[in-house]
Amino acid sequence: MNAGTAGRMNARTAGRMNARTAGRIDARTAGRIDARGRRTAVAVLVAAGLAVTGLAVTGCSAGDGRATGSGGDGRVTGPVTVFAAASLTESFTRIGKDFEAANPGSRVTLNVAGSSALANQITQGAPADVFASAAPANMATVVEAGDADGTPSVFARNQLVIAVPGGNPKAVVGLADLTNPGVKVALCASQVPCGAAARTALDAAGVALTPVTLERDVKGALAKVKLGEVDAALVYRTDTRVASADVTGVEFPESARAVNDYPIVALKNAPNPDGARAFVAYVRSAPAQAVLAEAGFQAP
Amino acid sequence: MPAALLIPAGLGLLFLVLPLAGLLIRAPWTTLPERLTEPGALTALRLSVQTATLATALCLLLGVPLAWVLARVEFPGRRLVRALVTVPLVLPPVVGGVALLLVFGRRGLLGGWLDSTFGVTLPFTTTGVVLAEAFVAMPFLVIAVEGALRAADHRFEEAAATLGASRWTTFTHVTLPLVAPGLAAGAVLCWARALGEFGATITFAGNYPGRTQTMPLAVYLALETDLESAIVLSLVLLVVSVGILVALRDRWMTTA
Amino acid sequence: MSDRLLDARLVVDRGVFRLDVPLRVAPGEVVALLGPNGAGKTTALRALAGLHPLTDGHVTLDDVDLDRPATGGWVPTERRSIGVVFQDYLLFPHLSALDNVAFGPRRHGVERRAARATALEWLGRVGLDAQAQRRPRQLSGGQAQRVALARALAVAPSLLLLDEPLAALDARTRLDTRAELHRHLSAHAGATVLVTHDPLDALALADRLVIVEGGRVVQEGDGPSVTARPRTDYVARLVGLNLYRGRADGHGVRVSPELTLTVADRLDGEAFVAFRPAAVALHPARPEGSPRNTWAGTVAGVQRHGDNVRVQLDGPIGVAADVTPAAAAQLRLIPGQRVWVAVKATETHAYPATG
Repeated sequence: MNAGTAGRMNARTAGRMNARTAGRIDARTAGRIDARGRRTAVAVLVAAGLAVTGLAVTGCSAGDGRATGSGGDGRVTGPVTVFAAASLTESFTRIGKDFEAANPGSRVTLNVAGSSALANQITQGAPADVFASAAPANMATVVEAGDADGTPSVFARNQLVIAVPGGNPKAVVGLADLTNPGVKVALCASQVPCGAAARTALDAAGVALTPVTLERDVKGALAKVKLGEVDAALVYRTDTRVASADVTGVEFPESARAVNDYPIVALKNAPNPDGARAFVAYVRSAPAQAVLAEAGFQAP
Repeated sequence: MPAALLIPAGLGLLFLVLPLAGLLIRAPWTTLPERLTEPGALTALRLSVQTATLATALCLLLGVPLAWVLARVEFPGRRLVRALVTVPLVLPPVVGGVALLLVFGRRGLLGGWLDSTFGVTLPFTTTGVVLAEAFVAMPFLVIAVEGALRAADHRFEEAAATLGASRWTTFTHVTLPLVAPGLAAGAVLCWARALGEFGATITFAGNYPGRTQTMPLAVYLALETDLESAIVLSLVLLVVSVGILVALRDRWMTTA
Repeated sequence: MSDRLLDARLVVDRGVFRLDVPLRVAPGEVVALLGPNGAGKTTALRALAGLHPLTDGHVTLDDVDLDRPATGGWVPTERRSIGVVFQDYLLFPHLSALDNVAFGPRRHGVERRAARATALEWLGRVGLDAQAQRRPRQLSGGQAQRVALARALAVAPSLLLLDEPLAALDARTRLDTRAELHRHLSAHAGATVLVTHDPLDALALADRLVIVEGGRVVQEGDGPSVTARPRTDYVARLVGLNLYRGRADGHGVRVSPELTLTVADRLDGEAFVAFRPAAVALHPARPEGSPRNTWAGTVAGVQRHGDNVRVQLDGPIGVAADVTPAAAAQLRLIPGQRVWVAVKATETHAYPATG
């Protein structure tokens, strides 16, 4: 079996796993990585945690003795480790597969978690090549720590929508409807990007909203909608696209005031610097942008 | 003393204590006082202690009789019931929270009926926090008390019967005092587990300051923005729980 | 009230083991169930206490059926007028001696203060009022036994049950406690059933002995009659007698095909012959003279027995003989040695095996 086949097969397997279990894996497993990775705050344990949870890990580790870096024809080989925000799980799985196809001999390893968890892991020395964040603030953490190779660039934007159960039983059409009596709303906690964005949007609309819960991440808020425990939640548009038929996204105008930028950067201590740069470039290329658009992201 | 035991024992201790040392080393000692007095931290701590205590009380109320049945009553399927009791131990707490929602949630098996009949909703309430903590912590109590009951000589109960004690009086006047040390140990384990509960709580009861945001939830969210705050909150939780455990141990376990 | 306060037929089927013991006890009477381990004594006691249901038969106390499977009659343990002294006492470890004794009165509806007064009075009667506040683990074995007795008697039971009440005590304490226990049992107005495997306890404490073997009553009677006329090897061993069963024909009892013992008593039919080991004489050669029972035996074992030497002998019948150490040395008694065994007819005691 040659390296190219192996890479494709791994990416395909990972993609299938994600497609089938996307919602649950993200909400649960990513959360667990979050907690574990940050509490230990030791790079070795972060790496061990990744290996143990096996979340979307494809291909071999960097220590397998294969040559890494540029091939003779300018294409990259070897493993490329990408730390990506949880909301990028589906898109980056596809983009990683496409990247491997374009670069035979390369293998993309995805580590998905909340952006702040990933930023902490990187500053604590986790061996990553690329960091794709869901919020500029977390990227700033990495840049300030001196871990970025070059300047981050925004490769996608995400907007909030109101997630409601399929059929929209409470007839929610705008932010103002969320304050109706008997409407229970879940927001993200203000410490995570989707919560900060929701607060900005609500302030812009002049809506004083008391949610019943401040969820730890966007998948948690979405899960409450899916389970029917709340009537609405403010989540990213991309999340409602992958959440299947029992959740509908309701667009609202004030979301334009709280657009979330997704920056990406190659990392200074990348085990595979050529691969890192090539992957960042690929994410900004037309084929990758098409994948992101299909998932509901907007172009920068 | 055999090195074959001492060396792994020492390694085991190090393994348990080193992360704690990590927390202490990284703690921002200079800004500690103002961080401690932040109202959010104290609110979460108070809620944690209250809900963990209520959850322990609920576990005692339901778990001690359950342990008694498992230890003293022969019935078909007892082994299966015992295995079922330990399910919350192996279930990831988040899954436990989802399971609780499926039963007590708005569309849950009982939740819908509770809502329509009594107007009672459990998710996103402090009661929900207590339920989530009790669900996760009760196995610790049941297992400890059942073990104590099995170890206790049941002939004391026969002796009580020959002196005219009904089964209930025997239970309260003889059985419970006999297993008091095991009961105390189980309650302490149960309380500690409830205090640290995170996954089931945030899934079933959500997260809202003052109502459902317990200390572990506050720690988790602090981690999103401020590692040092999270460390401080963890240390507070640690100090309070260790303090209470030591105090209880002195009072209960040494007299037993 | 009849002369039988307790009237019972205890039938308990436990697979291969079946207990079937009729038992009648008059008010104030102390009956000892005596038998080897596994005879079913403790099962009988538990059946009386209601801790083990009967398979058949009945337990009737003061004309009330406590247990009668045939009619479904059943009174649970806690509502039987009983007091039990368990073998290892089972004093509640979390209660003081006083509260242990007050436990029964309290459960019978006596108010706390009065129950404690009763308890203190009982502790006084067993000589332990000074130890009232002690926990069981602070009491000596003999003291714990007396607290257990006080606890059982404090509810004024119609039926007092004692399971090996002295077995857990050392030899010296046992002697004192036995005498004291006898005093309390004599004073008890209700019926008393005592279970023991120790014939000395049974003889010292009981008015009547019921010997149980393999779940059945093999002999019953007062102390002197049982010791004088044992009916099983177990009883004979308990009282230290050689016992044989055979067919009597006047003054002869044929105890084996080769041996007919001459006895002083005159009787016919199935009969027991008993004699003490000290009545057995050993000789290097066949002794002369009459009327004597003599036969040749082989030494099977020799061991010290008090001041004497007990010799086990094989032959037409197995027999134990007690001889002085001097005689043993003179006879050079070693296993395998052949000797002549002699028993005077006047030293034997023969009695019918039936009735």
